[in-house]
Amino acid sequence: MSEENLINIKINHKDLQVDKNLTVMQACEIAGEEIPRFCYHDKLSIAGNCRMCLVEIEKAPKLASSCTMPLMDGMSIITNSEKVKAGRKGVMEFLLINHPLDCPICDQGGECDLQDQAMYYGFDKSRYSENKRAVENKNMGPLVNTIMTRCIHCTRCVRFATEVAGVPEIGMLGRGENAEITTYLEKSITSELSGNVIDLCPVGALTSKPYQFKARPWELKRTDSIDIFDSVGSNIRIDSRAQEILRVTPRVNESINEEWITDKVRFNYDGYYQQRIDKPYIKKSSKLEPSSWSDAIKILKSKLKNSNPLALVGEHTDLETGFAIQKFMSHFGKDNIECRTDNQSILPILDSYRFNTPIVNIEDADLVILCGTNPKIESPIINHKIFKSYNSGAEVFNIGDDILLNYPTHYLGESLSELNNDLLKKHLKKATNPILIIGSGFLNQLNSNDTIKSLFSFASKNKIISDGKNNLNFLSPYASRVGQLLLGNTSPDNCQPYTKLKKKSFDTILSFGSEHIADSAFKESFKVYFGHHGDEGAMSADIVLPTPLYTEKNGIFINIEGRPQEAKKCHNPIGEAKEEWKILKELSNQLSLNFEINTFDELRQDLSHNYPNLVNFHEIIISSNKYEDQSNISFEGSSCIYPIQNFYMSDIISKNSKTMAKCVEDILSKPLLEKSA
Amino acid sequence: MLKPQDRVFQNLHGQDDAFLEGARKRGSWSNTKEILSKEQNEVIELVKSSQLRGRGGAGFSTGLKWSFMPKDTGKQHYLVVNADESEPGTCKDREIIRNDPHMLIEGCLIASYAIQATKCYIYIRGEYHYEYLQLEKAIQEAYDKNLIGKNACGSGFDFDLYVHRGAGAYICGEETALLESLEGKKGQPRLKPPFPAGVGLYGMPTTINNVESIAVVPTILRRGPDWFKSIGKENNTGTKIFCISGNVNNPCTVEEEMGIPLKELIEKHAGGVEGGWNNLKAIIPGGSSTPMLAKDVCETVLMNFDDLRANGSGLGTAGVIVVNKDNNITEVIERFAHFYKHESCGQCTPCREGTGWMFRMMQKLVRGEISPEQIELLENVTKQVEGHTICALGDAAAWPIQGLIKNFKSELIKNYKKKLKAS
Repeated sequence: MSEENLINIKINHKDLQVDKNLTVMQACEIAGEEIPRFCYHDKLSIAGNCRMCLVEIEKAPKLASSCTMPLMDGMSIITNSEKVKAGRKGVMEFLLINHPLDCPICDQGGECDLQDQAMYYGFDKSRYSENKRAVENKNMGPLVNTIMTRCIHCTRCVRFATEVAGVPEIGMLGRGENAEITTYLEKSITSELSGNVIDLCPVGALTSKPYQFKARPWELKRTDSIDIFDSVGSNIRIDSRAQEILRVTPRVNESINEEWITDKVRFNYDGYYQQRIDKPYIKKSSKLEPSSWSDAIKILKSKLKNSNPLALVGEHTDLETGFAIQKFMSHFGKDNIECRTDNQSILPILDSYRFNTPIVNIEDADLVILCGTNPKIESPIINHKIFKSYNSGAEVFNIGDDILLNYPTHYLGESLSELNNDLLKKHLKKATNPILIIGSGFLNQLNSNDTIKSLFSFASKNKIISDGKNNLNFLSPYASRVGQLLLGNTSPDNCQPYTKLKKKSFDTILSFGSEHIADSAFKESFKVYFGHHGDEGAMSADIVLPTPLYTEKNGIFINIEGRPQEAKKCHNPIGEAKEEWKILKELSNQLSLNFEINTFDELRQDLSHNYPNLVNFHEIIISSNKYEDQSNISFEGSSCIYPIQNFYMSDIISKNSKTMAKCVEDILSKPLLEKSA
Repeated sequence: MLKPQDRVFQNLHGQDDAFLEGARKRGSWSNTKEILSKEQNEVIELVKSSQLRGRGGAGFSTGLKWSFMPKDTGKQHYLVVNADESEPGTCKDREIIRNDPHMLIEGCLIASYAIQATKCYIYIRGEYHYEYLQLEKAIQEAYDKNLIGKNACGSGFDFDLYVHRGAGAYICGEETALLESLEGKKGQPRLKPPFPAGVGLYGMPTTINNVESIAVVPTILRRGPDWFKSIGKENNTGTKIFCISGNVNNPCTVEEEMGIPLKELIEKHAGGVEGGWNNLKAIIPGGSSTPMLAKDVCETVLMNFDDLRANGSGLGTAGVIVVNKDNNITEVIERFAHFYKHESCGQCTPCREGTGWMFRMMQKLVRGEISPEQIELLENVTKQVEGHTICALGDAAAWPIQGLIKNFKSELIKNYKKKLKAS
């Protein structure tokens, strides 16, 4: 902060020097004065409508709402006078007169802003003897439960939908006492971030439908974890009671998800307990039958002896498991682990498979090119950042299918070679901070290294890569991908690695949560499925071994920008599930292979010894190898196939969630204009 | 008493031709080019020195308001004329637009010139359909004769004038809600600061004036600020249109000197109170938002900004509502309370919740069901609304009730006791 931006003000007669661009409320916070508020929220525009944050400004005739009032030099602010207290008390009383007294049955109870602030700023009895207002509940879809009588009209949800989610589908109808918050024609909000209105609502008007009447906040155990249902690695908090997860809420992380999370991770937790593999199964006469660990290990031992196995690494695999797999597979030769089961093309450098722009910087872009990616469903948090940049004037270009996003795009065409489009060229010339995001839609289809190399050359020719900043981004939708690639759990082919692998013959396939085990290429092989949910993959296997979900063990995930984060264990594994490294250890012992790890701590120590930069939590990994330009740019004319079609059912866990199924039915299968009001 | 030659609005009652020919006879458009040849600052200074105060209710100096407009920003400036006249008891702008629209149009041109606005919007109340047609016709005339448009009046100043019809919400008469509505959004007041002079219509510097304030400007500039100042008192100068309604023998809209005694105004122009002066209960001097005056104050009070304020009320829009003893004053205020409950936009808490609460208590008050303690509660609630809202509607809803309680508290208590006895 430079000197000239500082001004002198007084808060409660104490002198203070603050930035002149702050509001009165922000200055009061710096001074340590608590200002009550309902409508004000850091991440949303200022509405100033709750009038709870009134303060006295000396020489002003009226109380001023501190959230809206800019500072002026020499301003003297008083936050604790009788006048201020009376003002707040008055506003509090008005908020409460029509608010129902149903706190005992309200889901917000215990974490309700209105409840808390009424304790500090309210009356202890009611003077209101008229009838209270009742408001009909509105349908906001399968995720958000509404009890609109409780609404205090702060309009946080309205502003969130418009400004953050980018879907102006919530609004206030009517006026005066009859003003009501509702969605457009009472439809579900068509945003992947809609669940965040639940956290934003300061009262119990918008609450979580699946969590309804489930628990009180003080009964819950809180566990810090990571969203593994996309690659951004949003920080989440898991609230559980005993062996059951009851809800998932965001944790603030300004460099990744701010304070938003996607509906998928917020609501698919009921799928954690559906169709779980609870004990080992062995296929007998083409039918899987429950078995015991000892039997399963015995069969595996005989099968793996002198065999030529292939390990497939799934999309939810944590770093430690990947490391253990690597350790185990090294006894069977080289190039026998593959995490790129979607054929993602890479070069052997970190910069070619991660999102090189730090997520927090996406919003500074003035031009965004989307190539074969639908960020709205592959990565809603990144989509939100692009929306932010769009709002500050960025132009968005799209190559691939003409997809529907919540901001307008210039559609260039189907083929990657449209990067040479004249319109794009014209805009690129003017842009100062362009970013390019290339998604699996193209990456999985490429056949030649030259195309990826060309992308780098294209980027450095067009200011996308320049002096120290790299805005050429590769977006994979899978949480495990960057971490597994950093471990080297992939075959050496740059393009179409999985297709090439399938042509080789392996007598045993070990799948660690990868559904690709069901591929017809492995029909002749002996198949072992390590996983937690019974689906196609498990059904096709000869042996199924239960492993814990990410909430049932500690694990490191490296997000798409290359930032290691830890998901912590929330409760014990379901049934007889065993962590993968333990199973591999047992197998190694049986096969007399070297696997010197005895505890999880040792495993992680070994990991950090071998890959010290992968356990440096919360710091983005710095890439050591830079790609050198080539002169000619050529893009192959591959088609674009998006990796995820259905946001709510993108993975095996979400597929088992009833809530997600309801979303598909309510949101995806009913287009906006078909269902009449 | 205003001399006939000092009347600004010579066709207020529509006795002559409302359009260009008649307007020219009355002096409109006679030397507009000459006025526009003055420096912009000079125009503002002249209006400032005439001590013209805004006729929309707040009584802020019009010239001073214009001088707040930033100079030479390179941005589009706007003049917005507030013709959303919805204050109960007020019908002055209607008469101006209906019977002398050219005064307004010429005023728009001059005011826009002064604040460097090349575009002006007149936001007219939706219910004023006939007036809208009159205004549109007059604007077309002005365009046809090149009085406005490109090179207006041959002055070299390009000026466009648009009329926008409101949809009938009282709150859209609040200047920032009017801007929202004009932009096509829901009519809800904006937060101030920033003030419209800095960030107004479409984010550009904007001045918002009442119809009457704008319509008197050409006459002020034609006859000189000293002439205007010679009418009325210091800081309360000029003429004013009063709308007298309620229990008077001859309800009327009349132009008078600013600061005419209230009693004289009623006796002379409105034919006196129904049932004689002694039958007077109270007078609401400036539209429904201003607190009422009891009879003894009405005897002496002068109808200007400062004297009414000193007597605990305000000039407002000068819509004088007379209530005599044949009427129940509580019912009158209850009706107002209903109006404000109905017209509250619902944006901010005290007004949204408070207007409904006040109305329901007023209903009980009419029925004599409110105990003295609850009357105090009602007064307390009005104080909780007043001054805590985004716009002035909260104040406007609170003041009439405060006026009632202040003047007639003992009567209200008497009613309650009577009712108690009867039951």
